[in-house]
Amino acid sequence: MTGNVMGSDVPSEPHGFEEHSYDVVVIGAGGAGLRAAIAAQDAGAKTAIVCKSLLGKAHTVMAEGGIAAAMGNVYPDDNWQVHFRDTMRGGKMLNNWRMAQLHAQEAPERVLELEEWGALFDRTDDGLISQRDFGGHRFARLAHVGDRTGLEMIRTLQQRAVAQGIDVFMECTITELFKTAPGDGNRISGAFGYWRESGRFIVFHAPCMVLATGGIGKSYQVTSNSWEYTGDGHALAMRTGASLINMEFVQFHPTGMVWPPSVKGILVTESVRGDGGVLRNSDGKRFMFDYIPEFFKSETADNEAEADRWYDDKSNNRRPPELLPRDEVARAINSEIKAGRGSPHGGVFLDIASRRTPEFIMRRLPSMYHQFKELADVDITAEPMEIGPTCHYVMGGVEVDPDTGASKITGLYAAGEVAGGMHGSNRLGGNSLSDLLVFGCRAGLNAAYLAHQSRGGQRPRVDGAEVRAAAKRALAPFERAGGENPYTIQHDLQDVMQRLVGIIRNADELAASLKEIDALKERAKNLTVEGHRQYNPGWHLALDIVNMLTVSECIATAALERQESRGGHTRDDFPATDDSWGTRNLVLTLPDGSDGKVHLEHQPLPAMPDDLKKLFETLT
Amino acid sequence: MSYELRMRLWRGDASGGALGDFTVVVEEGEVVLDAIHRIQATQAGDLAVRWNCKAGKCGSCSAEINGRPRLMCMTRLADFEESETITVTPMRAFPVIRDLVTDVSFNYEKAKQVPAFAPTPRDADGKRRMQQVDVERGQEFRKCIECFLCQNTCHVVRDHEDNKAAFAGPRFFLRYAELDMHPLDTNDRRKLSQDAAGLGMCNITKCCTEVCPENIKITDNAIIPMKERVADRKFDPVTWLGSKIMRRSDTAQREEV
Ligand code: SF4
Ligand code: SF4
Ligand code: FES
Repeated sequence: MTGNVMGSDVPSEPHGFEEHSYDVVVIGAGGAGLRAAIAAQDAGAKTAIVCKSLLGKAHTVMAEGGIAAAMGNVYPDDNWQVHFRDTMRGGKMLNNWRMAQLHAQEAPERVLELEEWGALFDRTDDGLISQRDFGGHRFARLAHVGDRTGLEMIRTLQQRAVAQGIDVFMECTITELFKTAPGDGNRISGAFGYWRESGRFIVFHAPCMVLATGGIGKSYQVTSNSWEYTGDGHALAMRTGASLINMEFVQFHPTGMVWPPSVKGILVTESVRGDGGVLRNSDGKRFMFDYIPEFFKSETADNEAEADRWYDDKSNNRRPPELLPRDEVARAINSEIKAGRGSPHGGVFLDIASRRTPEFIMRRLPSMYHQFKELADVDITAEPMEIGPTCHYVMGGVEVDPDTGASKITGLYAAGEVAGGMHGSNRLGGNSLSDLLVFGCRAGLNAAYLAHQSRGGQRPRVDGAEVRAAAKRALAPFERAGGENPYTIQHDLQDVMQRLVGIIRNADELAASLKEIDALKERAKNLTVEGHRQYNPGWHLALDIVNMLTVSECIATAALERQESRGGHTRDDFPATDDSWGTRNLVLTLPDGSDGKVHLEHQPLPAMPDDLKKLFETLT
Repeated sequence: MSYELRMRLWRGDASGGALGDFTVVVEEGEVVLDAIHRIQATQAGDLAVRWNCKAGKCGSCSAEINGRPRLMCMTRLADFEESETITVTPMRAFPVIRDLVTDVSFNYEKAKQVPAFAPTPRDADGKRRMQQVDVERGQEFRKCIECFLCQNTCHVVRDHEDNKAAFAGPRFFLRYAELDMHPLDTNDRRKLSQDAAGLGMCNITKCCTEVCPENIKITDNAIIPMKERVADRKFDPVTWLGSKIMRRSDTAQREEV
């Protein structure tokens, strides 16, 4: 044990490693992980949280805009049906309808619960939780705290979890999950990991694990994601026998910083546009009016006057095109830059300075003001920002049962960004934080329930030989000399993904990317790290790289297979959205004996019931 | 545009260590953390440093830069002369784990001692109502990114290890103040913060406020009002009782914890 444990469980050491037993182990301490752990502990399960960083530092902390929930505080006409419809349309109908439904129905209560635990949201004049506009949402719907909503959410959940006395293992990385033998249930039995601080190993025995490890952005060069986003949960799930879906869909957020180079990719919140900011090219033209797709024509303003009226009168005006779903806006920006109408540092201009007062901007967007002032010397109340697309979110993830978050492997659950299905081919802004809460809660509860059922009887046991093998694999990079530098491989992978598997894709480049990923996988077998096991980032990266490579292969494989353009997947050799692809998921697995080669299958999308289908005809 | 930066980084562990010299090529617009990452990727793969967001939002990358407690990701190289050597050492008030990484578990222990938020019941429609003006004070304190730079700087614990047991530190004074000022909380934390959290040991030097990267007015807006309220509570029970009888919300419904 190190200083980074907050817990009461006394470790045992039968295999020579620190060992702990729990009912439910949650991997990841962002919004989904914390919410899952709170739910599991509340349900009576002995619960642990294991996370790679210190508590409260997870990527959720960087979320800015808000939590989408149809509470109707600002527009009483809002309800779950409208939110459901917006979500499905944003995802180009490829979402798992049941997840989208549960999400829309339960988000309001999950938000009110945060308030119950101490969150201080911005208020309306009536004293209710204020809600702000965001792309793709019919009504102002995002509960927020200035532009630091993620920080508020994580702090609230963190404080709740601490008050509940949940055991937390901080700066502790899980590298492998254990299962019982196929003849013995083929179910989760535990996990293996290491303390980053000391490099010592740790074993968890638990019948239920909740993956809440977030996304994969660190496989790209330009990303808003933190170092933790190496696709650990995606890869752990696959290696355990679970499946991934929708991996071809990667969201490039339209507005990341582009200058100075060292901050390239850092997020500029969509709230800038929600609060009135517009996009302009080097000619000063508000170009989004040229990029309104057929699919959204009826709900999008086609002239500046109507677009500007919308902020105050949503009933009689259509939404500004700057607030189209993120995939549309990112592609439009990409086209403007390619056509030579970009800004000096290779982006376009995001202008709120000429449209809102400095007081308004400072009140609504304080962190953005701070971020640009301190990092780029730009005063956003006086001049436009330069922005461009940045890899932000992966829609794809572990294939789960919509109601419970259970994967195909008994005892293994997934929630939040690491789970797939909820967002279809493209996620709407604000739907991530609500997703974390709704499905984090569900996964935690269901994991606790399964753990409870398996109480009296035989608990699955972790096999000592497997533990020793896991330790050996983890130490391998220290055994070799003169091999590859993990930082170099990470750099090369980021280059491949950015160049060949980016916003706009085609068959040749995707095929080439798979070859390059294969070559990197070979090189990664020969990683060497210097130094010793104590807090050694080179070693940590060497272990994370394996996950990044698996996930990158999944993205490229699925992207090559899907011969159409939809949401976060654009093929310039198949530019149209094709209905025959609109009812299909691509499922990825790592079958036994595949030697690490990803396997792909087509699977029909679950069919939406008629009463929900009707919503797309009746709602305006 | 690019130039060779000289850096001195503290390397070592609990048993001791020393400053190591590095020269690294840096580019226009970069921050201290960029330079350290480049050293890590090309010269010292095992150099230990904590970071997450690289955008001043997570509070992971705290260290002392030329002796000043700062976030490495928000300290621009442009703030220094190109010829100047930049020295980075770990936070001094916490035990070193390795290189620039310290053991900040002190703060997580203190967090456990804060009593949980305990709100009044919801309104009849299942919602809660608070006015923006009433939440704004708390919101300022909740901007805290838990970088613990204030904890590292406060002289009560910086060079006095033995004070740590009785002193929660400025970050947690913020937390107590936030709960105390929360329009819906029912606890009375003033006694607790005086006795258990060690508010009385603070002598309002404001060093914590000076280093806060979120520009939270820790001393003026949290510590001093708390001290005043505690003083009320301690020395003037009549005033306090009065407010208890007269006012429905705020102090009136608060239980001492
Ligand atoms: S004002 Fe108080 S808490 Fe802040 S540094 Fe000074 S003594 Fe410490
Ligand atoms: S109050 Fe300021 S200095 Fe202290 S931990 Fe919070 S953000 Fe850091
Ligand atoms: S890395 Fe997050 S604050 Fe510096």
